[in-house]
Amino acid sequence: MSETNYLTTDYTLKSWFLTTDHKRVAILYFASLIFFFFIGGAAATAIRIELATPQADFVSSDTYNRLFTMHGIIMVWFFLIPSIPNTLGNFVVPLMIGARDLAFPRLNLMSWYIFMLGGCITLFAIFAGGIDTGWTFYTPFSTLYSNSYVIVAAAGVFIAGFSSILTGLNFIVTIHRLRAPGLTWYRLPLFLWSLYATSVILVLATPVLAITLLLMATERFFGVGIFDPRIGGDPLLFQHLFWFYSHPAVYIMILPGMGVINELVSCFSRKPVFGYKFVAWASLAIAAVGFLVWGHHMFVSGQSLIASLVFSFMSFMVAVPSAIKVFNWTATLHKGSLRFDAPMLYALGFIGLFTTGGLTGLFLACLAFDVHATDTYFVVAHFHYIMVGGMVTAYFGGLHYWWPKITGRLYSEYWARTAAVLIFFGFNLTFFPQFILGAEGMPRRYHVYPPEFQVWNVLSSGGAVILAVAYLMPLFYLGYSAFFGARSPANPWNAPGLEWQTSSPPPEENFTTQPVVTREPYQYNEAFEAEPQNA
Amino acid sequence: MTQWRPPLSLIGTWLALLGLLALTVTIAYVPLGAGNAVVALSIGTVKAGLVAAIFMELRHRSGLTLVFAGAGLFWLGILLWLGLMDFMTRT
Repeated sequence: MSETNYLTTDYTLKSWFLTTDHKRVAILYFASLIFFFFIGGAAATAIRIELATPQADFVSSDTYNRLFTMHGIIMVWFFLIPSIPNTLGNFVVPLMIGARDLAFPRLNLMSWYIFMLGGCITLFAIFAGGIDTGWTFYTPFSTLYSNSYVIVAAAGVFIAGFSSILTGLNFIVTIHRLRAPGLTWYRLPLFLWSLYATSVILVLATPVLAITLLLMATERFFGVGIFDPRIGGDPLLFQHLFWFYSHPAVYIMILPGMGVINELVSCFSRKPVFGYKFVAWASLAIAAVGFLVWGHHMFVSGQSLIASLVFSFMSFMVAVPSAIKVFNWTATLHKGSLRFDAPMLYALGFIGLFTTGGLTGLFLACLAFDVHATDTYFVVAHFHYIMVGGMVTAYFGGLHYWWPKITGRLYSEYWARTAAVLIFFGFNLTFFPQFILGAEGMPRRYHVYPPEFQVWNVLSSGGAVILAVAYLMPLFYLGYSAFFGARSPANPWNAPGLEWQTSSPPPEENFTTQPVVTREPYQYNEAFEAEPQNA
Repeated sequence: MTQWRPPLSLIGTWLALLGLLALTVTIAYVPLGAGNAVVALSIGTVKAGLVAAIFMELRHRSGLTLVFAGAGLFWLGILLWLGLMDFMTRT
């Protein structure tokens, strides 16, 4: 470890809370997200405990409504959306492009404060009494009937949205303006292409969510007829506006995960990513087409059949760039020198889980099947395969991959591999039975159910126990390694990315001399392997 | 303290926006049938264009900024187009 790095420049609390160093801001986000992840996870645990039996013998229906709402709001807005961009992205974007920092370092710190303000307001709403509308805040329940803290929670989400917009803006400008000499667009790591596409969605879609929540508050407080048909509103307008943001939000969650997987698959196959340009443009295609499919959340809402047909067709279209990525990862693995280190295990898990989630998404894009499956556990299983099986697995994979760079320490490979395998099995045991439950017709958001569904629910709850233990494990072995792990060389994976060409952990200014890029991305060839990388 | 005065172009634009607002309100009371909506939307478009060009200073910006501003407009168009398609074709 070098004598002075970003961790050792100053130890005071002030130096952390007033830092403008992108690496320290990433650590601030990391700590916050662990906090939110475990709050959301605690709610999930309570939900699975309740569902282990058909009767309501753990919580009341009212508490159950508040639990799944709390789980959804926290996990979506305060974990999944910010996780990879704000922690891993914040840490590695400037390093990957050879820059000293993001384009707007103070704006970056401000984003974290805004995020925390939004998070605290939402937590207040949750602990003051909770919200029972579901994370979607559907009207007219949220505007007319719910007696819970809807507007307070919506205000928290509204504020956190500005953090997303500012982060997206920061990444776009950084990637455009601060690339090292020689780092052309087609030499950019694919993680940055995916973060760029994500940032475009963040900047363009998040304001619509903010406006929607503002309109909801306006109707609730002032009785202005926006969504309520009795006073001239349109009840479907809320869903149109909400899903115009929230469907692209799914891609805000999964695109950065895909970006991480590119880095992992390439590194642990010792091969360049197959079809680099296709994968890069597939990110932008997913971002663009992702804006055209929100209506598939509204097939049974009463929207017109013509609109449903158009949205169904568009939903099939978005599978094309997604499939390009999966096929190209598979082709990258083909005949590679595979190494099954922990990040690779996470990457392989991601490919399987994301593919399952993606294919079941095609089921739901079919109008006829969707009518049967809407609001059943099939939908719950589908989006958990994408968002948890996909996104969270990729997050853990990326975290393990860049952990030596972040902390300058190596973690226990044995425990890391064990956790990766346990997460894969725990996840499948938790969520695969839910496909069957959904196909058999068990509705979501019910805390009591007919006894014939119990077997699958018990399996699911049992899987959740394994998953919970597996998610806790990294907290211990990564936490231990951060303080007591063996020192990491600068480039433990022998990877060619710019972030590995500086010491681990990096110095405050990232690079002592401005790097110049002269090679194509992902050159894991013999000539590169022969060069000393651990200087 | 330096004496800062708003440029005449800003004041002029502000006055133009107020004038267009007055025009919108006035024409709302003229019975034009479906023409009322067309006129109101046209005036709204001119107002938005003035705000973008003058207040947001997009007329002085580089191509990249214009691309992102245009993208925002494009996606707003998508939202309105697909949202309205549902509304117009409901049975």
